[in-house]
Amino acid sequence: MSAAREGESRGNRNQAGALLEAVALTRHFRIGGLFGRTLHAVDDVDLTLNAREIVALVGESGSGKSTVARLFAMVFRPTAGDIRFRGRSLREIRSRRDILAYRGQVPMVFQDPFSSLNPVHTIGYALDRGLKLHRPSLSRAEREAEAIRVLDSVGLSPGRRMLERYPHELSGGQRQRVGFARALSCHPKVVLADEPVSMLDVSIRIGLLNLMAQLCESEGLSFLYITHDIASARYVAHRVVVMYAGQVVESGPTEEVLHRPVHPYTRLLLSAVPDPRAELNIAATDLGEPPRVVEPGEGCRFRWRCPLAISICAVVTPRLRPASPGHDGACHVTVGQAAPAA
Amino acid sequence: MADPILEVRDIRVEYPTPEGPARAVDRVSFAIHPGEFLGIVGESGCGKSTLLFAITQLLTPPARLAGGAVVFKGQNLVQLAEGALRTVRWRDYSVVMQSAMNALNPVKTVAAQYADAMRAHGYADRAAIRARSREVLSLVGIDSVHLNSFPHQLSGGMRQRVMIAMALLLSPELIVMDEPTSALDVVAQRSLMVQIKALQRSLGFAVIFVTHDMSLVGHFSDRLAVMYAGVIVEIGPTRRIFDSPGHPYTQGLLESFPSVYGPKIPLKGIPGAPPNMVMLPTGCRFHPRCAKVMERCSIDPPELYEAEDLSVRCFLREAAHVRCA
Ligand SMILES: Nc1ncnc2c1ncn2[C@@H]1O[C@H](COP(=O)(O)OP(=O)(O)O)[C@@H](O)[C@H]1O
Ligand SMILES: Nc1ncnc2c1ncn2[C@@H]1O[C@H](COP(=O)(O)OP(=O)(O)O)[C@@H](O)[C@H]1O
Ligand code: SF4
Ligand code: SF4
Ligand SMILES: [Mg+2]
Ligand SMILES: [Mg+2]
Repeated sequence: MSAAREGESRGNRNQAGALLEAVALTRHFRIGGLFGRTLHAVDDVDLTLNAREIVALVGESGSGKSTVARLFAMVFRPTAGDIRFRGRSLREIRSRRDILAYRGQVPMVFQDPFSSLNPVHTIGYALDRGLKLHRPSLSRAEREAEAIRVLDSVGLSPGRRMLERYPHELSGGQRQRVGFARALSCHPKVVLADEPVSMLDVSIRIGLLNLMAQLCESEGLSFLYITHDIASARYVAHRVVVMYAGQVVESGPTEEVLHRPVHPYTRLLLSAVPDPRAELNIAATDLGEPPRVVEPGEGCRFRWRCPLAISICAVVTPRLRPASPGHDGACHVTVGQAAPAA
Repeated sequence: MADPILEVRDIRVEYPTPEGPARAVDRVSFAIHPGEFLGIVGESGCGKSTLLFAITQLLTPPARLAGGAVVFKGQNLVQLAEGALRTVRWRDYSVVMQSAMNALNPVKTVAAQYADAMRAHGYADRAAIRARSREVLSLVGIDSVHLNSFPHQLSGGMRQRVMIAMALLLSPELIVMDEPTSALDVVAQRSLMVQIKALQRSLGFAVIFVTHDMSLVGHFSDRLAVMYAGVIVEIGPTRRIFDSPGHPYTQGLLESFPSVYGPKIPLKGIPGAPPNMVMLPTGCRFHPRCAKVMERCSIDPPELYEAEDLSVRCFLREAAHVRCA
């Protein structure tokens, strides 16, 4: 299939209602100077976020999740492929004003609640600055009212009292809520949440996951929830996209993917979840080493770790194919050749 | 049953603060037997690391051991001089701390660091040191070419393995580990846990394993101690605690992590955060966050009530304790 035809058929496959979508999204980095090599951080990724939807992007470190988020946030430009927000290509967004407006509608929440807030400023100051930048038409009083509203809506109430607090006076979980409040203050459509709970205690994480679910429900927000923990993905996400070594290896409705995982990597992720209620079933032989993404060449990138690998896996890169309606997998062995081609 | 290899009695540790002493560990006692795997769990700030530092005699000022004894193979470590301790440490017990990046020397190869540790304990034969270094690395599944690697050349998971291999160098009888897997991905974390457990089974050392993630030790520890605000609030067999936790705090911890398999149920976690150790709540230290709080809980401090095989610091277990007594 020619590249042009392929792009076309992919475009057709994405629903009209997509809020934010990546089509054949690719980002490479040159590493190592003059005789440098190419690192394939993200290769040919399709990903769609609809309105009022939480999509979990799952994979271990180095699989390209943050790069996808940064491409969506316009921190990086794609090497190839495209991102569309409400049908419009991000390529068309060029002026400083438009980029700012886009970042307000698609803000990012980061992993580290300790470094993402400036220690010398109060929470009120941090929110006010964002509001001044993104919503310059608001008056001072309106900005304060808005800051209080978003603090209350992320569970930091009374918001008015929160305004004078400094980051060091807050717990990690509270600081992460401030991160969400900051994102909310711009009236976003989609929040890019890059491992927002990974650095928090387990007992605190669930409160933030509940907050995302609640904001999706009550404010109609969509989330790209990035995590390496597939159990937390199951808890909040409507759909799951599993990435390995820069590529999507499986995607589909959450319960479908969790109950009928087709890709060996998804199965490995599932077996690694520490769930005392389940049987212990992981082999100690998989050391969980980061994926190889420097000049990966042809072939399945998971083959070095795959218990099912056959000879073709070293030669031909498996493409995503439907395993069942809405559920795709990229594996020569587990996703039948007989499955209908696009 | 054999004598315990380690007995911790009434350990108290204080940090001076402008508002008065923070009692980070308050009268903690437990024993661990040869070959046993004890998990210590609790949220961050509950005193787990401070307790490990006290046990291994690695507390540094301003932290101060305010009382208690650490009896290791019949010898009270608290009374040993630093020279004597250095002999015992690594040979009889070893320590794996949370961040291997901080524990490893960044400018020395793995081989050089292993050799330093062995020479400090009287091993002089270079070939023997080399052979033992290869051996421990292969025990943790790392190719011996990495003896020539510097720490920054290794992935996070490999660094933790290198640390664990180092702890095995002198075949100690006890290895103390402080969240050795917390910085790793789920797959690397799980695989390291499986490996630690396999080594412990085959080599027979005892383990004290600290983590804030209770789900992590579910399959691995024989006994579990749950810490809250500097005290043990529950201690008993791991399976028993997972099946029917006695303390409301333990119940809260267990209801904090979502399951991948069972029915999808809404979880609440535990509201609030652990207290500041300088201004501890009156009565039961957990009462401001407890879902089952009663009137007396804010007045009297509960004891560790023992009933059957479980000890629980909660008034709700007092009756069971009296029945058993
Ligand atoms: N700015 C960059 N320059 C070079 N390599 C990068 C850059 N950003 C990310 N990478 C590499 O891209 C790969 C994917 O990284 P990342 O997107 O951060 O993955 P994840 O978030 O899943 O851990 C990694 O190998 C990483 O080292
Ligand atoms: N250097 C210090 N000075 C004052 N207080 C400290 C110091 N180090 C730790 N603490 C306090 O001791 C308590 C226990 O900390 P720690 O042992 O690190 O807990 P954990 O390992 O369970 O997270 C915390 O309340 C912490 O604030
Ligand atoms: S394509 Fe081959 S190597 Fe890749 S996951 Fe499937 S079986 Fe394994
Ligand atoms: S003693 Fe009271 S406050 Fe403390 S855990 Fe038991 S019921 Fe809760
Ligand atoms: Mg990342
Ligand atoms: Mg600690």
